Amino acid sequence: MDAATTMKNSDQSTPNWDRDPVLSVEHLTMRFGGLVAVGDLSFNVGRGDITALIGPNGAGKTTVFNCVTGFYKPTEGRIVMRHGPGRQQDDVETLTDSGQRWKTTGNGAVYLLERMPDHEISHKAKVARTFQNIRLFGGMTVLENLLVAQHNPLMVASGFSIGGILGLPSYKKAQQEAVDRAVYWLEHTNLVDRADDPAADLPYGAQRRLEIARAMCTKPQLLCLDEPAAGLNPRESAELNELLKYIRDEHKVSVLLIEHDMGVVMEISDHVIVLDYGVKISDGPAEFVKNDPKVIAAYLGVDDEAEIDMPEVREDLAKVTGDEPAKKASASKPASAAKKQGAAEKKSGSASKKTGATKTSAAKAAGAKASAAKATKPRTSKSSASKPATSKLAATTASSEKAAAPAAPKTVAAKPKTAAKPKAAAASKAAPAASEIKIANAGDYPGSQPHGTKKPRAGGANNLTRVKGIGPANEKKLNALGIWHFDQIAAWKKAEVQWVGSYLAFPGRIEREEWVKQAKVLAKGGETEFSKRVDKGQVATSVPGKRGAQPKKKTTAKGGKA
Amino acid sequence: MAMTGSNKAVAAQQNDPNSFAASVKDAAIAGLLVAVLGFFFIGIRTDIAPGGLDLKMRWGAWIISILVVFAGRLLLNLFVLRTDSPLTRKFADAMPSGTRFAGTGKWLMRALFAFALVLPFFFTTFFPGKDRQFIDLAILIMTYIMLGWGLNIVVGLAGLLDLGYVAFYAVGAYSFALLAQYLDIGFWFALPLAGILAACWGIVLGFPVLRLRGDYLAIVTLAFGEIIRVVLLNWYEFTNGPDGISGIPKPTFFGLELKRGEGGFADFFGIAYDPIQRFIFLYYIIFILALITNFVTMRLRRLPIGRAWEALREDEIACRSLGINTRNTKLTAFSIGAMFGGFAGSFFATRQGFISPESFTFLESAIILAIVVLGGLGSQVGVVIASVVMIGGIEMLRNLGFLQQVFGSGFDPVQYRMLIFGLAMVLIMVWKPRGLISTREPSVVLKEKKRIGADMVAQGEGH
Amino acid sequence: MEYFVQQLINGLTLGSIYGLIAIGYTMVYGIIGMINFAHGDVFMIGAFIALAMFLILTTVLGFAFLPVVLLIVLIVAMFFTSAWGWTVERLAYRPLRGSFRLAPLITAIGMSIVLQNFVQITQGARVKPLPPQIQGGITLMEGSATGIVVQLSYMQIIIILTTVALMAGFTLLITRTPLGRAQRACEQDRKMAALLGINVDRTISLTFVMGAALAAVAGLMFVLLYGVIDFYIGFLAGVKAFTAAVLGGIGSLPGAMLGGLLIGLIEVFWSGYFSVEYKDVAAFSILAIVLIFLPSGLLGQPEVEKV
Repeated sequence: MDAATTMKNSDQSTPNWDRDPVLSVEHLTMRFGGLVAVGDLSFNVGRGDITALIGPNGAGKTTVFNCVTGFYKPTEGRIVMRHGPGRQQDDVETLTDSGQRWKTTGNGAVYLLERMPDHEISHKAKVARTFQNIRLFGGMTVLENLLVAQHNPLMVASGFSIGGILGLPSYKKAQQEAVDRAVYWLEHTNLVDRADDPAADLPYGAQRRLEIARAMCTKPQLLCLDEPAAGLNPRESAELNELLKYIRDEHKVSVLLIEHDMGVVMEISDHVIVLDYGVKISDGPAEFVKNDPKVIAAYLGVDDEAEIDMPEVREDLAKVTGDEPAKKASASKPASAAKKQGAAEKKSGSASKKTGATKTSAAKAAGAKASAAKATKPRTSKSSASKPATSKLAATTASSEKAAAPAAPKTVAAKPKTAAKPKAAAASKAAPAASEIKIANAGDYPGSQPHGTKKPRAGGANNLTRVKGIGPANEKKLNALGIWHFDQIAAWKKAEVQWVGSYLAFPGRIEREEWVKQAKVLAKGGETEFSKRVDKGQVATSVPGKRGAQPKKKTTAKGGKA
Repeated sequence: MAMTGSNKAVAAQQNDPNSFAASVKDAAIAGLLVAVLGFFFIGIRTDIAPGGLDLKMRWGAWIISILVVFAGRLLLNLFVLRTDSPLTRKFADAMPSGTRFAGTGKWLMRALFAFALVLPFFFTTFFPGKDRQFIDLAILIMTYIMLGWGLNIVVGLAGLLDLGYVAFYAVGAYSFALLAQYLDIGFWFALPLAGILAACWGIVLGFPVLRLRGDYLAIVTLAFGEIIRVVLLNWYEFTNGPDGISGIPKPTFFGLELKRGEGGFADFFGIAYDPIQRFIFLYYIIFILALITNFVTMRLRRLPIGRAWEALREDEIACRSLGINTRNTKLTAFSIGAMFGGFAGSFFATRQGFISPESFTFLESAIILAIVVLGGLGSQVGVVIASVVMIGGIEMLRNLGFLQQVFGSGFDPVQYRMLIFGLAMVLIMVWKPRGLISTREPSVVLKEKKRIGADMVAQGEGH
Repeated sequence: MEYFVQQLINGLTLGSIYGLIAIGYTMVYGIIGMINFAHGDVFMIGAFIALAMFLILTTVLGFAFLPVVLLIVLIVAMFFTSAWGWTVERLAYRPLRGSFRLAPLITAIGMSIVLQNFVQITQGARVKPLPPQIQGGITLMEGSATGIVVQLSYMQIIIILTTVALMAGFTLLITRTPLGRAQRACEQDRKMAALLGINVDRTISLTFVMGAALAAVAGLMFVLLYGVIDFYIGFLAGVKAFTAAVLGGIGSLPGAMLGGLLIGLIEVFWSGYFSVEYKDVAAFSILAIVLIFLPSGLLGQPEVEKV
C-alpha cells in the first residue's frame, strides 16, 4: 500500500475523478438474500465528467444506480455526494460520524445518499435519474411531465397550495418561470412541437429524450442515465451524444450513465468503470478500458472457453497457468479479496482511497516488469524460493490487477500464438516439480484451499473438461492447484468450493453448475449428459480428445481413474 | 350476408354465427342457463311455516322467466349481436361521438350549472304539486355529487382505491351530531370542525396504510370503513348505538331559523311561510358546498400538488425520482378527500335531523365509488352525469306506480330498485369501461389544448 | 383451559368455512388480479341452494338417511352454485377482460348488489331458520373445577374433515393436473399462456366454477352449523374471507386456508374473552396490522419493487 500511496503522491496527473469527485461510492455492497448483486464496489464520479458504468448483463449496474438514487438501501457502504469542489474529506468524515444525512459546508454541501430517502436524493442532493424502461407520466402532456419535475420549488411558490388556491400572483409568476424552463429543455431535446401531446404518444426516441429533459428540470448536479441509448437509431444516438455533451459543457452537470452501446460510451465518456458480477474489474479513461484484457474477458467470457483468439488473453492465460502466484494478482479479483484490500487502505488513511486507475500509469511500468519476471521465472528457475518474492512484488506494485494485466501480455507477445499451448503444458509439468502446491495468498480467498497433489496419479489426469463448466483454461488452473482427478473435485466440501470459486474469480458458479455432483458421477466412471456430448466432440469449449497435447493423457483417463 | 330474420337466413349454413339457427341455439343456451340458475330461486321459494320451513313451488314464474330470457336473447341476437347491421350502430351514428361529446363538455357543464342554479324555482314554478319531492331528490343527488367529487380526488386524481370513503362521511355526520348534542354547537360552526375532524381521520387512517399497494389498500380502507361503523354501532354510551342520534339542529340563515312564526326567516323578510323554503335553503347549502368542492378540486389540479397526484397515479417510482414525497402527497389527497366527505356528512346530518350507523354501510361507499368510476375517473362532469343517472334513476323507480297496473298489485317496483341499480352498474361498465367521460384535460397548456384519450391515462396503483 | 379448548375447536370450525370461501377469492385474484366482490354472495347463493335442496329431499321426497341426503345436497349445491359462479364471470367480468382494473371491480360490486337483491326478491328478506340436523358429539374433557364440558360435535368433525379433504384434493388439482398447470400459467402471464395454446377464457371460467363449488360447500356447512341464513350473510362472510385471503397472502392457496383459520380463531377468541360486539373490529384490525408490517400477507410472495 505504501508503494501505491507514494506513487499517487508523486503522480501529478491524478485524474479529475479523484481530485474532484462529485460522487464517491465507497465499499458499496448490495445483497438480495444470498445473492451478492454488488460486492464492495468503490468508484468516483468526477465533477463535470461523463462517466460510464458498463458491464455485461446482470453485472449489477442498475443495482448501483438504484443504490445511488435511493431506491435500494445498500447493505453496506457509503455514497457521498458533494456539491462543493474537491474531496472535502474532513467534512465527509465529520458528517459520517455525526449521523446526519447531510451537512452544509463552506463550499456547498455534502450528502450521504445511503442515509437519505429517494425523494430527498433528488430534491436535496440534486441527483436526477432516468430509467431503463422509460417511466414517463404517459397520460400527462409533455409539458406537464416537465412541470411535475419542478414540483418542489413550485410547491413552495404556491404556498403549499394555499396561496395557489387563492390565486396569488406570486404563484403565477413561478409557474410561468417553470414553463419557461420546461420550454428551454424542450427546445434542446427537439420536443417543443409536441409539448401539448400526451407523453405516451411520443415515439420511443422522443420518450427517451423527454425523460432526460424531465430529469434536467429538477436542476440536478448529477444526472444518472440508465441506458439512454437503448433502442435508439444511429442518428438519434448521435443526437443523444450531443445532448449529453451539451448538458455537461453548458450546464456543468456531471453525468453517470449505464450504457451497452460502446459507440456512445467510447465517444463521450471521460471515464469508464467496468463491472462484472458486481465487482469492479476496470476503471479508467475510455482508451485504457477498451484495451483492458479483463474487460474483454468479461464481455466475451473467455474464462472457460477454448476459443481464445485474442493473443493477449491467450498469453495471459498461459502466464496464469504457468505461475500461480502471478495469477493471484491478475485474476479479476473476487469480492472478499477486494474487501480486505479496501480495509487495509482505509487504515492507511482515506485520502489514499484506491480507485485502481489512479495508479495505472505508474503501476503499468512496474507491473510490466513484475509480470515479465513472473512470466519467465517458473520456466527458467524451478526454485520455489523465488516465488514469494515475486508474489510480493506483484501485490505491492500491482495491487490493482488491471495494472499488471495489460502490460504483461506485451512482454511475452513476441511468442508465436501457436506456442501458447505447448508452453502451458510445459508449465503444468513444471508445477508438480515444486515441493508442494502452495498459493502464496491462499488466505486471501474465503474458505480453504483444496488438497492438491503434485502429480496426477498413475494413468494420468482425468479430462476435467468433461465437467460442465470447466473449459481448458480452468482445467489448467485446476491442474496448477494440483487438481487432476474427478474424485478430487468430488471430495470438495463447501469451504473448498468457496475457495476455488473465489480463486477462479467466479464465486457461486461451481455450486450453480454442480461441479461436485458431476465429478462424483464421472469419478465412478459414469457419464453425464454433458460428458457424453464432450466425448462425441459436440462441445466446442471442451476437449474431446483430439486437440493439443492433452488428449494422450485424456484417452487413458477417460475410462475413469486409474 | 344473411338478411337476418328472413327465410334466407334459415337456409344459411349452420356454421355461420349470424344465421338464424345459430341465434336460436344461442338463445336456447341462455334459456337453459336461466332454467338452471332460477330453479332454486324462482322455481322454489322457502318460506317460514309453522313447525319449520316450507317449500312453495312456482313453476309458472320459472317457465315465464326462461321464456322471457330466451325471447330477449333471441331478439338481441337477431337485431344487435349477430347481425351485420346492428340497430345500436344506428343509435351510435345518431349520437355525438365521444370526442365531440368531450368538446361540448364545457358547454354542457355551463348549461348544467345554470340549471342547477335556478333548479328550486324551476320546480316550484313548473311542478308546484311535486316540488318538495323533486327538490329533495335534487338535494340527494347534489350530496352524491359532492361525495363523488371528494372521492374523485382520491381515486380519480391520486389513483388510490378507497373502498371506505363512507367512513369520512360518517365521521362528518357524527361530528356534527355529537357536537350539537353535547356542546350545543350550530351547523355553521360545526361544519368546518366536521371537515377538519374528517381530514384528521383521513391522516390517521392513511398514515399507516398508504404505502400498501392497489387492492391491499382497497381492502384495508374497506376494513376501516367497517371498523368505524361497528364502533359507532356499539359505543352505546357515546353514539347511542343503533338507535342513532335524533334532534340534530337545522341550519340557520345568518341566525334566522327557517320556521313558522315569530323570528323566523319568513317573518323577518316579511314573506309568507312555506315549508318548501327550508328545502330550497338546504338545496342551496349543498349546492354551494358542492361548488366549493369543485372549485378547490379544479384549482388543485392546476397546482403542483394536483399534478403530483396525477403523476402519482401514472407512475409512483418516477415521482420519487423527481423528488416528490409520495407519502405526504398521498396523505394530502386522502385527507382533502376525507374533508369534503366530512362536509357532506355534516350536511347529511342536518338535513335528516337523525342519523344512525345504518346510513353508513359499505353499500354507500360502493355507490360513491361507482359514481366516480361510471362518470369517468378524474372527470368532474362525469360525476355529475353519473350521479343524476344512478341516484336520480333509482329514486325515479319509486314513482313507477303504473307498473302495478301492468304486473298486478303484488308487484312493488321499489323492491326492484337495487336490483336494477346493480344491473345498471354492470351494464354501464361493460358498455363504457372507462366511464362516461373518459378523456383527460391537461392542467397546463403551451399552445393548443388537446384532450388526452383514456387509453393513455393510467388508473393508479397496481394497474 | 376447557373453555380455551372449546373456543379453539369453535374457531377452527368457523375458520374452515372462511378458508373455503377465501380460496375462491385467492384463486380469482391470482388468475385475473381482481377482487371478486360477488364471491361472498355466491357463497350465500350456495347456502340457499343447499337449504332448498335439503328441504326438497327431506320434506318433499321424504328421505331420512342423513348421510345420503347430505351427500346429494352437497353435489347438487356444488353444481348449481358453480353455474352461478360461471354466469357471474361470463356476464360481468369476461367482457371487461383486458380492460383497466377498476371496471371489473365496479361490475363485481354491481353483481354483488344484483345477487343480494335477486335473492331478497325471490326468497324474501326474512331469516330462514333450519333446526339443527346433526346433533351430538364427543366429549373431550370435562373441567372438574369449572364444570365446563368440552365438546367436539359431529357437525364440527364433519366440517373440519370435509375441509381437510377438499384442501388435499384441491392441492392435488392445482399441482398435478393439466388444468392446474394451465391455471398457474395464466397466473404468470395470460398472454403467453394464450400463445402456448391454453384456452385462457376457459381456464378463468373454470377457476370461477371451482371457487363457486367450494363456496357452495361452505354455504352448506354454514346452513348446518348456524341454521340461520338470509340474503345478507354473503357480504360479511365475503369481506371476512377476503380478509383471510389477504392475511394469508393473496394468490396462495395454503395462505387462504391459514388466513381463514386465523380469522376464525381471532373472531371466536375475541368474542369469548373480550366482547362479541367488537369481534369484527378485531379481525379487521389484525388485517391492517399484518398488512402494515408484512405487506404481502403471511404466505404471499413478497413483491419486489422493480425500478
